[in-house]
Amino acid sequence: MTAEEPLLQATNLHTWFELRQWGFLRVGSVRAVDGVNFELGRGESVAFVGESGCGKSSLARTLLGLHKPTHGDVIFEGEHLSELKGEARRQYLARVGYVQQDPFGALPPFMDVRRLLSEPLIIHGVTDRDERERRIRKVLEEVRLTQVDEILPKFPHMLSGGQQQRVVIARALLLEPAMLIADEPVSMLDASVRVEILNLLRRIQQERELTLAFITHDLSTVRHYADRIFVMYAGRVVEQAPVERLLDNPQHPYTCALLAAIADVDADNALEERAVPDGEPPSLLHPPEGCRFHPRCPQAMAGLCDRQDPPLFEPEAGHYSACWLQDPERG
Amino acid sequence: MTDAREPLLQVRNLQLHYRTRRGTARAVDGVDLDVGRNEALVVLGESGSGKSSLAKALMRLLPRNLARFSGGVTLGGDDLMAMDDEHFRREVQWNRVSMVMQAAMNALNPVVRVGEQVAEPLRVHRGWSKDAAMERVVETFATVGVSRDFVTRYPFELSGGMRQRVVLAMALVTEPDLVILDEPTSALDVLTQASIMNVLKRIKREQGTSFILITHDVATSSELADRVALMYAGQIVEQSDARDFFHDPAHPYSKLLMDSVPRLHQSEPPGYIPGEPPDLIEPPTGCRFADRCPSRFGRCSEDPPAFELDGDRRVRCWLHEEGTDHDG
Ligand SMILES: Nc1ncnc2c1ncn2[C@@H]1O[C@H](COP(=O)(O)OP(=O)(O)OP(=O)(O)O)[C@@H](O)[C@H]1O
Ligand SMILES: Nc1ncnc2c1ncn2[C@@H]1O[C@H](COP(=O)(O)OP(=O)(O)OP(=O)(O)O)[C@@H](O)[C@H]1O
Ligand code: SF4
Ligand code: SF4
Ligand SMILES: [Mg+2]
Ligand SMILES: [Mg+2]
Repeated sequence: MTAEEPLLQATNLHTWFELRQWGFLRVGSVRAVDGVNFELGRGESVAFVGESGCGKSSLARTLLGLHKPTHGDVIFEGEHLSELKGEARRQYLARVGYVQQDPFGALPPFMDVRRLLSEPLIIHGVTDRDERERRIRKVLEEVRLTQVDEILPKFPHMLSGGQQQRVVIARALLLEPAMLIADEPVSMLDASVRVEILNLLRRIQQERELTLAFITHDLSTVRHYADRIFVMYAGRVVEQAPVERLLDNPQHPYTCALLAAIADVDADNALEERAVPDGEPPSLLHPPEGCRFHPRCPQAMAGLCDRQDPPLFEPEAGHYSACWLQDPERG
Repeated sequence: MTDAREPLLQVRNLQLHYRTRRGTARAVDGVDLDVGRNEALVVLGESGSGKSSLAKALMRLLPRNLARFSGGVTLGGDDLMAMDDEHFRREVQWNRVSMVMQAAMNALNPVVRVGEQVAEPLRVHRGWSKDAAMERVVETFATVGVSRDFVTRYPFELSGGMRQRVVLAMALVTEPDLVILDEPTSALDVLTQASIMNVLKRIKREQGTSFILITHDVATSSELADRVALMYAGQIVEQSDARDFFHDPAHPYSKLLMDSVPRLHQSEPPGYIPGEPPDLIEPPTGCRFADRCPSRFGRCSEDPPAFELDGDRRVRCWLHEEGTDHDG
């Protein structure tokens, strides 16, 4: 890690949702984020990957302050998010841009592009109309919607999926954030435009020296767009490492399974079945004892993995894995 | 009797056009396809290129705003286009050819137990008794990896992956010769995706089924493909063996597409295809890909026919014109 202070820290972060029946009877808690620790440096791009329901969006929304953590806290530029109130809290939302999952729900259908980009500026006190127009044009050019005059009067439904997503990204960048959280920014788009949008995000991140945290379930593109990867499983980060280390030398059996399931296109793929762990991710209401992956893990060790929760081990510098196989004390 | 070398499905100059307020949309515009017995043909193409329309044309699931439906389709030597709707529905649809529709897993009837939904084609099209149908449903569930206890569950009680398997079971329960799969895994996680592709491989191997797999995910398509057809603006621009298509694509669009496929262990970032596909209502008169084509030349202002190349390839591009001369 750098000696420099991290931009953002998540410390022992838990976000649980109370599940109630008939609106009042407590049934239990959905442990969407369940003990997550990490630091994000300035100007770093990190990817969170994991299966549907493992808590990625809940984590993103907790980092944004949209969910109050059940335990733990988010520390941004040294300040505890839980202690920010009123104006300070609003300032925080200007410092962290958000590209939410589902771009089609992200843009209000009744606003044209000019209006939907003006709104955040007005809310954050940019009262001068010319100044707003200047900033809107600049950011639209940055996301490569260069026919600005054509785009500004359009309503979302008149734009292609790729153009809509560029507008969403433009809106997230308008207030010059220090960090951008992008939740599956390309999963709803056609494969042919995904790479274009990811390239765009990466370029903007590097030019602006932004911290970019993006969520994806596509491990095959992640190498080119992230410096570090966090693999999530059932509310936890189970492995974290610089991107090359994680892809070329995965440690956690869950990461290994994910990588083994991905086909690099090849005609021979049709000849053999792929090794896939049985079963599905566990319920977050009643996660299994011990390691949460143990019911599906091909290397599970009876008596250990089903009883004791593995802590994060550091098999090589900067590479962490929550698996007993990486315990230096073992055997 | 049918010739053993004859493909199971033969499609010639298939047209499916829609009436829209702006004019006629030529979603399927002169498609030729062959699918052999026990063969998997993958249909690739970007959003809006007409893949689902092609599938629906083959299943004869036609919308009200139909403007034109024509061409030649034979299945096992039988002329499907000559059959009237009633005959087609009784003999072919869901019986000899079935389909998993795009996003079908979200279209299951929420108030009917999944076992009953899967049994429906047997009960309705074949008139099977409830018990016989249920027995077959349980077998089919086992094939696709759904436990028999799930027969009595409702869709909302199942995960997305399980619902997709149920929908697959519905397409397989009548043991059709040909199964059309429209984006069967695109909404699913990689592990679920891989496990469903395993199921398809097994069915193909053990039951000799033929598949048309529609997707825009090239990497996943390689898990099943024997042959590949690439669609662009309502037409098939290349049709080749999977090996040729993936490792030595011929059409300029195929080459750009293959360069855009992300690979886990490649050091350069994938490329992308600039520009947008043409309007299907007034497609350009020359080659439909010309606007985005890096190899465009004078000839391309005329519409290229499909040239036949060695190794059973058909490529719709003037660059391959010579191929025809040598062959013919
Ligand atoms: N506001 C909420 N109230 C109750 N439960 C919630 C809420 N938000 C999320 N959950 C639950 O928390 C778990 C994690 O959901 P989350 O949306 O964070 O997953 P995800 O990893 O983003 O999944 P996906 O890849 O499908 O977007 C799920 O079981 C979900 O149903
Ligand atoms: N019933 C209809 N009436 C009018 N136009 C239609 C109809 N169905 C589809 N289209 C249009 O026909 C074209 C082809 O649509 P189709 O759904 O076949 O594409 P696709 O290749 O399956 O796309 P995707 O990958 O997004 O599923 C699109 O422009 C679509 O808008
Ligand atoms: S701790 Fe045990 S069960 Fe968990 S991933 Fe490691 S080996 Fe598998
Ligand atoms: S016919 Fe011409 S424009 Fe069309 S793909 Fe071939 S070279 Fe390109
Ligand atoms: Mg999510
Ligand atoms: Mg479709």
